[in-house]
Amino acid sequence: MLDVKDRIYVNLHGHDDWKLAGARKRGDWDNTKAILKLGREKIVKEIIDSGLRGRGGAGFSTGLKWSFMPKEEGPLPHYLVINGDESEPGTCKDREVLRHEPHKIVEGALLASFAIGAHVAYIYIRGEYYNEAKRLQIAIDEAYDARLIGKNACGSGWDFDFYIHQGAGAYICGEETAQLESLEGKKGQPRLKPPFPAGKGLYGCPTTINNVESISVTPTIMRKSAVWFSSIGRKNNTGPKLMAISGHIQTPCVFEEALGLPLKEIIERHGGGVRGGWDNLLAVIPGGTSMPMLNKEVCETVIMDFDGMRDAGSGLGTAGIVVMDQSTDLIQAIARISQFYKHESCGQCTPCREGSNWVLKVMQRMTEGRAEIEEIDMLMDVTKHIETTTICAMGMSVAWPVQALIRNFRPMMEQRIMDYKKTHGGVIQVQVPAAAPVLG
Amino acid sequence: MSENKMNIQPTDFTFDKESEKQIALVLAKYPKARKASAVIPLLYIVQDQMKRLTKSAWIPKIAMSVIAKRLEIAPIRVFEIATFYTMFNLEPIGQYHLQVCGTTPCWLRGSDDIVAACKKATGIKEYGETSKDGLFTLSEVECLGACANAPILQVDRDYYEDMDGQKTIELIEALKRGEKLTPGSAINRKSSEPVSQKQSLPENLRTK
Repeated sequence: MLDVKDRIYVNLHGHDDWKLAGARKRGDWDNTKAILKLGREKIVKEIIDSGLRGRGGAGFSTGLKWSFMPKEEGPLPHYLVINGDESEPGTCKDREVLRHEPHKIVEGALLASFAIGAHVAYIYIRGEYYNEAKRLQIAIDEAYDARLIGKNACGSGWDFDFYIHQGAGAYICGEETAQLESLEGKKGQPRLKPPFPAGKGLYGCPTTINNVESISVTPTIMRKSAVWFSSIGRKNNTGPKLMAISGHIQTPCVFEEALGLPLKEIIERHGGGVRGGWDNLLAVIPGGTSMPMLNKEVCETVIMDFDGMRDAGSGLGTAGIVVMDQSTDLIQAIARISQFYKHESCGQCTPCREGSNWVLKVMQRMTEGRAEIEEIDMLMDVTKHIETTTICAMGMSVAWPVQALIRNFRPMMEQRIMDYKKTHGGVIQVQVPAAAPVLG
Repeated sequence: MSENKMNIQPTDFTFDKESEKQIALVLAKYPKARKASAVIPLLYIVQDQMKRLTKSAWIPKIAMSVIAKRLEIAPIRVFEIATFYTMFNLEPIGQYHLQVCGTTPCWLRGSDDIVAACKKATGIKEYGETSKDGLFTLSEVECLGACANAPILQVDRDYYEDMDGQKTIELIEALKRGEKLTPGSAINRKSSEPVSQKQSLPENLRTK
């Protein structure tokens, strides 16, 4: 369990003052100049040594990402883009950072920008977070007034400007290259990689894109050291992590916890346990809805971190835990997720645009049971193709929830189909139509 | 857009003083040659101005052309943005925009009840409709990113969290009387803290 003194987001729930004065009392902006004086290389090395893995879902080393930026500033300016387009269902951690710890973002933005040689940073916040963005803007204004950012930020000699850019309701803009497109004033459609953003990113300039959480933990790592950060969690899965738990538990909440704990312990401690007791558990989606769900048996032992989830055939993702108890119509729950991804497909790649729509239609029939047993295999087969043939990871998001349903709960789907056939006209009838009368 | 709806399109649009002030702030954020970046912010500014002046937050087609001219880009580039992003209303909507999150985390915690309550209190039958009194438009939105406070009802830009059917009806009835309830959690908890443990901040770290 994470020790209270190791918590980074002390004001996570907003009981304390979120403005500059309060942030300073909590240690933010404490001699930031000294950190900057260490120089680019030392900051990047410290973040690499800390083992910080990107908090947005992919889990790539943040420090390593920074090190990919050109060492010297050429004719093109460098940019930092902070990803605050938190839209993955089940995820609501960055929202708390934006509204209760905004100065951690501003300070982190300064440090990260300095470390990658950028004088300008944009934070892309989803459009729905209007009030949260307003708060962050106040924090930015405070930082400008206190000369913490702007010309000669913190007296370090480094000029730094920080701007908010709000999205307008498109999940796909959380994908880093779609986000760049959106920032440039285009439709949010992901770019082919390479070129990678570190070479050609925003406006064709070298760009690093980091999640809000990754950015806002960096000041604390620099103050408390990489050794401290890497002492928390497991090897390759270091540090505390913001997590959210929702669904059928007693106390839904956002919390900070060390990586490397059993999922069961997290559900019981932070979620207050599954509604109706542990035995009432049906399935858990561990990291935002695109991550494959886990059945109860796996949930008994699985470890809540990047590698633990990978070993269980899922992923930590954004650590947005969604718990579903025995009362859940699991097929409908996944069909609703399919509806989400169908709604949010940007339309660029055919397998995703057409596939997500097809998957939704079949999932809706599966929910009713108005399908054939063989169609379950077809669903698996088609999603396997969608998964691997799109420009961005959205193809996987369409495919994985459905595949996990089939892997874990195929008998439930078959039973539903048999039940429908029984009530609507016999076992042999192929694809009983929707209008078929209910027998008996 | 249906023939009928085309008729309500105004024939001209000018930014008012308030909007001009905001445009100046927005344009200062991007390099001079990259004005196109301001498309989304300017669409918001139009939508807000319409809300200020007509009580309905939407974007007339003519305003998109005005934005294109201001940003020196082709009008099609504004049209495609306005139609790609879901937060822009391309037709007039009610004075209050009721947006229910129906994605799985909210659904698991009873978003169906919120939808039913919205329909009952406003007389709206289907998503996308506006109530007869012109006060409410009901939409289903995808994940609002506040899952630990599910289910969520977003009214215009404010989140009403931890809702249930009864509270939804009370909220809508209040809006009908012209009263706005305080946004945030409806079950008296601070943001997304767990209900059982109200004071999660250690004593020595509080400033008060």
